[in-house]
Amino acid sequence: MKDFPEDSVGLVTPTSIHFDTPLTLASGRVLPEYDLMIETYGELNADASNAVLICHALSGHHHAAGYHSPEERKPGWWDSAIGPGKVIDTRRFFVVALNNLGGCHGSTGPNTLNPETGKPYGPDFPIVTVPDWVESQARLADHLGIHQWAAVVGGSLGGMQALQWSIDYPERLRHCVIIAAAPKLSTQNIAFNEVARQAISKDPQFYQGHYYEQQVVPKTGLMLARMVGHITYLSEDGMREKFGRELRSGKLSFDFNPQFEIESYLQYQGERFSEAFDANTYLLMTKALDYFDPAADYNNELAEALRQVKCDYFIASFTTDWRFSPERSREIVDALIEAGKKVTYTEIQAAHGHDAFLIPIPRYMEVFGAYMNRIANELETADAR
Amino acid sequence: MRADLEIIRDWIRPGSRVIDLGCGEGELLEYLVKEKQVQGYGIEINADNITACIEKGVNVIEKDIDQGLCSIRSNSFDTVVMSHALQTMHRPDQIVEEMLRIGKECIVTFPNFAHWRARGYLAIRGRMPVSKFLSYTWYNTPNIHFFTFKDFEELCVERNIYIVDRTVIDHEHKHRWWIRLWPNMLGEIAIYRITR
Repeated sequence: MKDFPEDSVGLVTPTSIHFDTPLTLASGRVLPEYDLMIETYGELNADASNAVLICHALSGHHHAAGYHSPEERKPGWWDSAIGPGKVIDTRRFFVVALNNLGGCHGSTGPNTLNPETGKPYGPDFPIVTVPDWVESQARLADHLGIHQWAAVVGGSLGGMQALQWSIDYPERLRHCVIIAAAPKLSTQNIAFNEVARQAISKDPQFYQGHYYEQQVVPKTGLMLARMVGHITYLSEDGMREKFGRELRSGKLSFDFNPQFEIESYLQYQGERFSEAFDANTYLLMTKALDYFDPAADYNNELAEALRQVKCDYFIASFTTDWRFSPERSREIVDALIEAGKKVTYTEIQAAHGHDAFLIPIPRYMEVFGAYMNRIANELETADAR
Repeated sequence: MRADLEIIRDWIRPGSRVIDLGCGEGELLEYLVKEKQVQGYGIEINADNITACIEKGVNVIEKDIDQGLCSIRSNSFDTVVMSHALQTMHRPDQIVEEMLRIGKECIVTFPNFAHWRARGYLAIRGRMPVSKFLSYTWYNTPNIHFFTFKDFEELCVERNIYIVDRTVIDHEHKHRWWIRLWPNMLGEIAIYRITR
């Protein structure tokens, strides 16, 4: 058998958990029952105080670290940060990662069977929001016997879930880690999401979301959606550095085939994604992003929304991220200061744009690690008492 | 703790809201939070200092103070501290104005360029003073504005800033009885408490 790296959690097996208490969603619709696919790493301690919840971003899932098989080419999506001795140290923390409701990696979503009809939900799957996810994650915590998370951690859309957790369940987390996120989407963010949605829904293979029955997938639409998305994940400088204006064949070919390296890169990324992701889920995830706005219920005053929170916050942003720029993170920081809450904020110099939150940039790992270490130390001091 | 910080810490009321601009490794805030239950925030730009603050559990915000404090609401702090950083700001006058806007009271410490040693260095050697305390040469110093106690006090008069308190100490952050005889000549560091 293949040896996994020493700082890897190694071989992991996902588990599906069934919930049969109906979940009333923000839309008013009810999911009578549902499944959540999860993975855990490390050991839950005796008083269940060392649990860390990882919330995933738009295209993420429960497979955050380790390998599903010795043959698996790449480890989980945040393997760079989760593992023994890593920033989220699995020797000290019990880490829980899940696939959100509406996802397409095993949790109940558009591509799973609707028990009422015996057919996939497809476009009939209700639109879920960030607060809905948090509610379902709280039930997951109950199921796992975790009353209070040591930390809820997430990047991008995952960071939004962490923020929502701190507002909805102030007693149930001690630390909130929000990386490369925003308190709500900008108009420009929504605009990009709409282009992605149009690309999918206008694909002739989409069949109003009923493509499963037709045994096809709206591959072109999903690919275009991902290509647009991908542009917003990279910075202009990062793109230039990585691809420049390099031509694949070294000279102009005077036709419309991809010639510049960036063209083939985006096509490759888009194609790979369109084979692995569900179009209805993509639509759903972008809606959850668009709808996220915890201040909306508080007269659009974020500080008011945060008045009741109890946890400490670690917030980080990346200098070249223009999708959720440092200013957007600072909005959260300023509101927390105004509300008199505990917050640490750092701005990481990085050329990678929004994608930086998934990349183990040394300075990023240093501050993030220092903060997680502090959480672990608090735990161990509490244990010693 | 550095002696000037000890003086500052005694000027801060328990349970108040404090922001330390250029908080370094966060030692003042760590003390104030633990011993005086203040609600404290530090602003810092140096990477190692930020890491040190995180390790101490001090609320630290990475920010370039020269970019302004406009995102912080007026009167949102009881005390705004800036220790040994005013001389590194691009526009010390504007920063002092901003400090007075966000806080009810400000505590500022800075080195006195009219101290006899600095005067002597410039007068006799004809070169910008370099000392153990201010060890940079003119081209690499972060201290881009040198000023004296008199200069600062004149600014306060011009801008209608009220000086509540002033303590003058030497480079070891110690009180000496003789400093009081001629502070602008004999004092090396001043700690001012100002308000409007």
